[in-house]
Amino acid sequence: MSTLVEKILAKSSGKNSVSAGEFVLADVDVVFAHDGTALLAIESMQEIGIEKVFDKDKVVFFIDHASPSPSPQISNIHSAMRKFAKKHGIRLYDAGSGICHQVLPEEGYVKPGSVVVGADSHTVTHGAFNAFATGVGSTDAAIAMITGKLWFMVPESVKIVVEGEFKDMIMSKDLVLHVLGEVKADGLTYKSVEYHGSCIDGLSVDSRMTIANMAVEMGAKCCPMELNSVTEEWLKERVGDFKPVKADKDAKYTDELYVDASKLEPLVAAPSNVDNVKSVREVEGTEVDQVFIGSCTNGRLEDIEIASRILDGKNVKTRCIVIPASRKVYYEALNKGLIDKLVRAGCIVGFPTCGPCIGAHMGLLGDGEVAISTSNRNFIGRMGSSSSKIYLSSPATAAASALEGKIVDPRKYGENL
Amino acid sequence: MKINGKCVRLGDHINTDLIISGKYKYRTQDIKELAKYVFEDLDPKLKERLYGGSIIVAQKNFGCGSSREQAPRVLKAAGVNAVIAESFARIFFRNAINVGLPVIISEKKFIEMIKDNEPLTIDLSSGKVYALETGLEANIKPYPEFMLKIVEAGGIAEYFRNHKMFPWETKL
Ligand code: SF4
Repeated sequence: MSTLVEKILAKSSGKNSVSAGEFVLADVDVVFAHDGTALLAIESMQEIGIEKVFDKDKVVFFIDHASPSPSPQISNIHSAMRKFAKKHGIRLYDAGSGICHQVLPEEGYVKPGSVVVGADSHTVTHGAFNAFATGVGSTDAAIAMITGKLWFMVPESVKIVVEGEFKDMIMSKDLVLHVLGEVKADGLTYKSVEYHGSCIDGLSVDSRMTIANMAVEMGAKCCPMELNSVTEEWLKERVGDFKPVKADKDAKYTDELYVDASKLEPLVAAPSNVDNVKSVREVEGTEVDQVFIGSCTNGRLEDIEIASRILDGKNVKTRCIVIPASRKVYYEALNKGLIDKLVRAGCIVGFPTCGPCIGAHMGLLGDGEVAISTSNRNFIGRMGSSSSKIYLSSPATAAASALEGKIVDPRKYGENL
Repeated sequence: MKINGKCVRLGDHINTDLIISGKYKYRTQDIKELAKYVFEDLDPKLKERLYGGSIIVAQKNFGCGSSREQAPRVLKAAGVNAVIAESFARIFFRNAINVGLPVIISEKKFIEMIKDNEPLTIDLSSGKVYALETGLEANIKPYPEFMLKIVEAGGIAEYFRNHKMFPWETKL
């Protein structure tokens, strides 16, 4: 009678079973940090007084948040990371490789049933691959890098059942925004959220990652998902053998939520809280100064695909930045001719990086500017000036809005596809 | 262990971007320098009230948002002795414990009645918090033993340096 998280944490802590509320010491299968968190993790190791890693093949660094470096100070952070990685023989994905949450699974680091710890809150994304994946701070990352273990409280689990199929121009981002609007930004604090149902079973790897990615916006600790057949195939090419974990039929959930996917409409999270969810209808016509399509939420191939379909042969009316989440996504988009269409439509297509999502470089917002972004947070000042405003949406809504310079319902561009 | 400080009242969902904006995180690694920008997007004047020993009293979901450990470190460096809230975002909670910033869960009713600026005393050992002007007292959610050890040591690094092991290496 165990949930997914209970099963994974039991196995990783060497127990037959564990239940919610228990503290466990779990073996960590992979731990990573990026240029926003790695240096502090290295410093934490020094504070603790042990500068060694437990297993060089299980520690990974990424230079993705402000990369290539926009300033000498940040270059120094990157240099320190490279030096550490070289000294300890750990893998470092340098500028241009892509966002940690995209590259880690692409490179085969994420296995079903494993424990993934990242010094980044969106580590929950890797739940899409049937893992227990959670974000930690730099000191916890340091402890995991040193000992290969970390304590966890086994979280309670909540079940979200999604049946039916998305209508044209509705994406998994709309689903996750809908859920966020229902449960609110702290609705699942400390919980493990499990998505089930026919809709989820039919989703692509890209769409599943978008859903898991935003679990942390509801406060969730993790979002382990059961595998579906496309994800199994995807993993087979990358990680070799694995044993998928399934929740027991009689597992205990503290709450259940049902969603009919066929009833969803395009949604946004309006400024400046992620749970300020509104339908596009309610905000239609809001003028935008910048459109951003990218990030670990929506910078994958299917996201770029839908944007290029909407923008194909037309011209954007406002500046529109498109950033593929990884080099792999970039060249797949290139090979498919998607980048060509985007550039012709007037988009600024960037190299793989977090980009404007975190307001570190590439497209910061000025005073009073408004952006529509496919990323995951719309907090005050997140993308630049503290008087700027961010609407979060799906790539379809963002691309359609780029065409008109104001927020529009993407379904009006649906028929011609 | 007793903690004293003047109450600084804040609301719901104080996120890590508000505590310390991501833009500054890349400008400097020096926590003391970063502390100058604490709460800048919320209220630039707030930092003056934190100096010299304060206790932040917030409502729901304090510390939500990113995993940046700079957030609790900056609060500590800015003069915050503890944070009391109805609930915390989980990464922030872990980070705060790790860096030795006591984060304390207490009752909504109590939190709503505390006055801004009034002196507070938290007694971790007895599990109580006292508001000295309004004369109120409330229970706080007790820490598991290993967490209490970390907080009492002033952080996990300090604990490890003193004991040459992590607190859970004996018994979790
Ligand atoms: S894309 Fe944005 S949310 Fe994702 S890891 Fe980068 S900064 Fe964080």
